[in-house]
Amino acid sequence: MELFRRAANPWNQEVLIGVSWDLMWAAVIAGIAFMVAHALLVMGKTKRLAEPAAEAAGIPEKIERHSMGARAFHWLMAVAMFALLVTAFVPVIGLQFPWVTIHWVAGVALIATIVYHVFHSILKEDFWSMWTRSVDVKRGMMLLKNVFTRSDAEDPKTGKYGVDHQLYHHAVMVLTVAAIVTGVLMMFRIDTPFWERNPYLLSDGAWGIVYVVHGLSGVALITMVMTHVYFAIRPEKLWLTRSMIFGFIDRSHYLEHFDPEHWKVGSGAGEALEAPSGGALAETAAQSPHESV
Amino acid sequence: MATIRDMIAPFELFQPTSIGDAVALLGEHGADAWVLAGGLDSFDWFKDRIKRPGVVVDLGAVEELRGIRASGGGLEIGAMTTLTDVELHPDVRARFSILADAARHVATPQIRNQGTLGGNVAQDTRCWYYRSGWPCYRAGGNICYASAPKAMNREHCIMGASRCVAVNPSDTAPALIALDAQMVIQGPEGERVVEAKDFFIGPGIDITRMTVLEPGDLLTAIRIPDTWSEATFYYEKVRDRNSWDFSLVTVAAALRVEGATIGDARIAVNGVAPHPVRLQHVEAYARGKTRDDDNGRQAGELAIQKARALRHNDYKLSLMKNLVRRAIRGMEA
Repeated sequence: MELFRRAANPWNQEVLIGVSWDLMWAAVIAGIAFMVAHALLVMGKTKRLAEPAAEAAGIPEKIERHSMGARAFHWLMAVAMFALLVTAFVPVIGLQFPWVTIHWVAGVALIATIVYHVFHSILKEDFWSMWTRSVDVKRGMMLLKNVFTRSDAEDPKTGKYGVDHQLYHHAVMVLTVAAIVTGVLMMFRIDTPFWERNPYLLSDGAWGIVYVVHGLSGVALITMVMTHVYFAIRPEKLWLTRSMIFGFIDRSHYLEHFDPEHWKVGSGAGEALEAPSGGALAETAAQSPHESV
Repeated sequence: MATIRDMIAPFELFQPTSIGDAVALLGEHGADAWVLAGGLDSFDWFKDRIKRPGVVVDLGAVEELRGIRASGGGLEIGAMTTLTDVELHPDVRARFSILADAARHVATPQIRNQGTLGGNVAQDTRCWYYRSGWPCYRAGGNICYASAPKAMNREHCIMGASRCVAVNPSDTAPALIALDAQMVIQGPEGERVVEAKDFFIGPGIDITRMTVLEPGDLLTAIRIPDTWSEATFYYEKVRDRNSWDFSLVTVAAALRVEGATIGDARIAVNGVAPHPVRLQHVEAYARGKTRDDDNGRQAGELAIQKARALRHNDYKLSLMKNLVRRAIRGMEA
């Protein structure tokens, strides 16, 4: 299997022109392998449920997990990402259609959603809930141990986003930024309304690197999207998927999966759909507004 | 320009004697197989050592692929029929003279004696950057040298570009589109028939091919329905010299004229886009119009509405406009 495609430029110098499309299949196989391995590891595993009763006081019945703005971003990004992957890779496997315009328009849409997401997450959401701290790493290690040892021990509770969510977010962020930066450069080589095309903006060698980075990030995103969809449709995760549609989770899921110290809900937190009756959680939230949503 | 080495890289040669054998060979060898018809496009590639197929399937001995015969009120022309045979065939001249005209405008008599109708429609572009073996989009790379700011692109396209700006060089293609011809293709999945206007594809769909023919496919015949039999035709090819040259812009029109009024029309142009372009919006405009210079002028303006010149080919805008104008007006400007 080749990793890169090369060609001779007009000066007979060998230059990179992109990644080998074998990597596309490698990414698909990697995604399938991950899903199968995970399914086998968790198959038949009985999970011990948490004892939520003592903590339930003051927790509303429905807890907002994703605001309307966050959900709109997620689904618009998903549509753009899906369009980008389909227009990038379906022609490679033989289904030919005029893909270039759809591809760059979807790319521009993706950039717009991400710009919105950056400002929205900084100004309106709890930016730090996606920040990976040492406690998140420790919990992640415990979670991995439970999975690999097929332990029926209770999975560690997390903040609003567990370390698995955080790392997935960071990986997708890096890959998407790489794809966007290189994609915008590649738009200089085609007709768009933004500028006059100029294929000589960079040297042959630099263009080769741009194409390779774009290709690598693209094929990696295939695996990332596959695994994301896999987890979204797993039965034990459907409550999380529903929260990306309807915006909220219910109290029992909150108490079962999340550490109230690290994802504070209740009075004053602003995300409860029903006003909580106060109590220790509300008091803690007032003391650590930095951690609240 | 490419260096002619006159020494073709080795390949395995097959000379089937039937369509079935040819299709089986093409299916067996897939993308490694090259279909050899008249050889006028192929040997340029081979001698320049830019295309190096492992297998060449020479169709010269497949008699089924030759000849012109009546079919459903129209004609069926075998893909290996020479351009001279097409040009001189009495039925073609009497009923579909635009195709005879188009065949007569290809290159030189020697080339028309050797070149085939199938080869003429399936030939590759003549963009010299591509033909010189540079790693452009069409060659599997990621650049179009011809659309760069300082590129020499006098012969390149003014519409339909998608990264690649090469044009289709076929003289017979616009005539076949104007005649509503159908291309008969044999492939691994059996026979399929494709309208001529859909047979040619642009780089937006597949930047490495000019037609729908995929590895394993064989164009076996071209059917001309009787729809435009004995219609009023107009064919004009403009080139830098009057013989042995590729088209700069070509127009082909088939018109049904009642009195001075155009009842129906098919108008196609080539040399302006990576594929021959059927001008359906111009056809719609022409229907019911009088065949005069005012309408010709208006049709010409319509024809170039979506055209955009490259650095060195803005002359193609007025050339295309005037050729369409002449086709509608029906006389030389």
